[in-house]
Amino acid sequence: MEHLIILPVLLPLFTGVALLLLARGSRSLRRWVSVLAATVLVPITLALLLQGLEGPARVYALGGWSPPFGIVLVLDGLAGVMLALTAVLALPALLYACRGDDARGPNFHALFQFQLMGLNGAFLTGDIFNLFVFFEVLLIASYGLLLHGGGSRRTRAGLHYVVLNLVGSSLFLLALGLLYGTAGTLNMADLALAVREASGDEAVLLRAAALVLLVVFGLKAALLPLYFWLPAAYSAASAPVAALFAVMTKVGVYAILRVYSLIFGAQAGELAHVAIPWLWPVALATLLLGGLGALTALRLSATVAWLVIMSVGTLLAGVSLATAAATAAVIYYLVHSTLAVAALFLIADLVAHGRGDKGDRLTAGSPPHHRMMVGGLYLLGAMALVGLPPLSGFVGKVALMQAAPPAAGGGAFWVLLLLGGFFALIALSRAGSTLFWRPQHQPSNEPMDPLRLGVTLILPALMVALSAWADTVLRAGERVAAQLHAPDRYIEAVLGSAEGRTK
Amino acid sequence: MELLLAVMIGTLTATGVYLLLRARTFPVVMGLTLLGYAVNLFLFVSGRLVVGEPPVIGASENPSDPLPQALVLTAIVIGFGMIAFVVVLALRARGELHSDHVDGHGEDH
Repeated sequence: MEHLIILPVLLPLFTGVALLLLARGSRSLRRWVSVLAATVLVPITLALLLQGLEGPARVYALGGWSPPFGIVLVLDGLAGVMLALTAVLALPALLYACRGDDARGPNFHALFQFQLMGLNGAFLTGDIFNLFVFFEVLLIASYGLLLHGGGSRRTRAGLHYVVLNLVGSSLFLLALGLLYGTAGTLNMADLALAVREASGDEAVLLRAAALVLLVVFGLKAALLPLYFWLPAAYSAASAPVAALFAVMTKVGVYAILRVYSLIFGAQAGELAHVAIPWLWPVALATLLLGGLGALTALRLSATVAWLVIMSVGTLLAGVSLATAAATAAVIYYLVHSTLAVAALFLIADLVAHGRGDKGDRLTAGSPPHHRMMVGGLYLLGAMALVGLPPLSGFVGKVALMQAAPPAAGGGAFWVLLLLGGFFALIALSRAGSTLFWRPQHQPSNEPMDPLRLGVTLILPALMVALSAWADTVLRAGERVAAQLHAPDRYIEAVLGSAEGRTK
Repeated sequence: MELLLAVMIGTLTATGVYLLLRARTFPVVMGLTLLGYAVNLFLFVSGRLVVGEPPVIGASENPSDPLPQALVLTAIVIGFGMIAFVVVLALRARGELHSDHVDGHGEDH
């Protein structure tokens, strides 16, 4: 069973390669193979999640090369949560794609599997250069997925996305060069030890590297000055791809959480909490501007894309509080916002299908098929995303606010979080009333695909479950947070005894 | 030699950034390429500059560091693939948007 850790990387890799070989085979065979692999991934990642929550961190040395010299995969609670979230999100997105979206271009399924491989690898790796490599794997698959289906809107958004991410990759390498040149290691646990001892010129160089890394992760997460690519890219992508991309910004949040708690966390000596003075104001501004942006959107999918930015602002504000309670709330809100956003992207596509060439534009037109059903789903998704009780968004926001008492400087956070929720409420109710309550024509007779509707139901059902078992998830979040705020145990798990090691 | 390399990396970075900020796809691709070269050189020197020494401990008193060489190799391969991709994408954008402006419109000269 010790090899279970590497399966989330190997399974999508081999499935992707097999799908490339089957590229000339029948489409239904490719669908079956891809769905089968995505289904198998769910129990595997859930088992890993349970192992990770148990703690201490489990280490898998690739090729038997002992750390810090070889590359290691490390499974802790945070990695487990991200893996399980990705697998649970990927399956409905993939099933939805199998109802026709995958036929609009070649190799959709192979790209989807490589995307999963990149995501899972990025969550598992314990080596920061390896993190770069997995970022590139997931990025190049995402370029293909974003452009899937063609069309000038996708090409334009894709060009911006690709060029920006290539610049981001260059910056990532610069930061890695600085880290290696100064600390002499790339293993994250070893790096954490080296950073603790740094002083003088070394500390200055490491600080520069840490802040360049923040820019890179901020670009992935869509933080304030670096989010302009996101609304165009996410609203241009086909619906199942946009739903999967809901977890892509969370890769940036994951990386920030990992690097700035393990390497540049509270124990980092001169460099303790190096990112927080920057992260806190920028995250709050992102939160506000995401809400304002949602009011300006002309399409339902663009509204949801702006709300992705808002959720990133919320999460990173929680991260920069840097307390165990806040991190636990962040974990809950991360799971919730990923599922809610993905559900709304799929619902937006359902709405667009019934409206002919109007698509999901926010203008009056013929009502969507199954107005009550789709409308009800939309209501559920919107309520969860805005944060109205009794759904998961409400629980997440309350937990975040409890973790940031106004007496301790959380006042601005409270104001902006509630204001952002209010903007989201306005934007989503305006969109909903335009789409569902102002029908100008009879609904078209084109029948609705019942399977699309059925698959879309999975994600709201998960959100309801997340609200019903909020206590369990929050407690799991607390365990993850406790692990993240005790980096010594992670380091000890990776390097053996942390004493007596010098660089 | 350190000065020469530093000047070279700086020049490549500055040229790359300048070209990246042009609004046409061809200069942008050139800028990305130059920035990639600068980054690769930077990674290479992160293991310190050593002349004529093998990367084997024990074979010389001051062995060169083999790890940055491996890192650079990885970075070159990834960078090369990405540049190839962005060239194809730029050509497609030129065909579909009928303009080589990065926003797909803009004045045509």
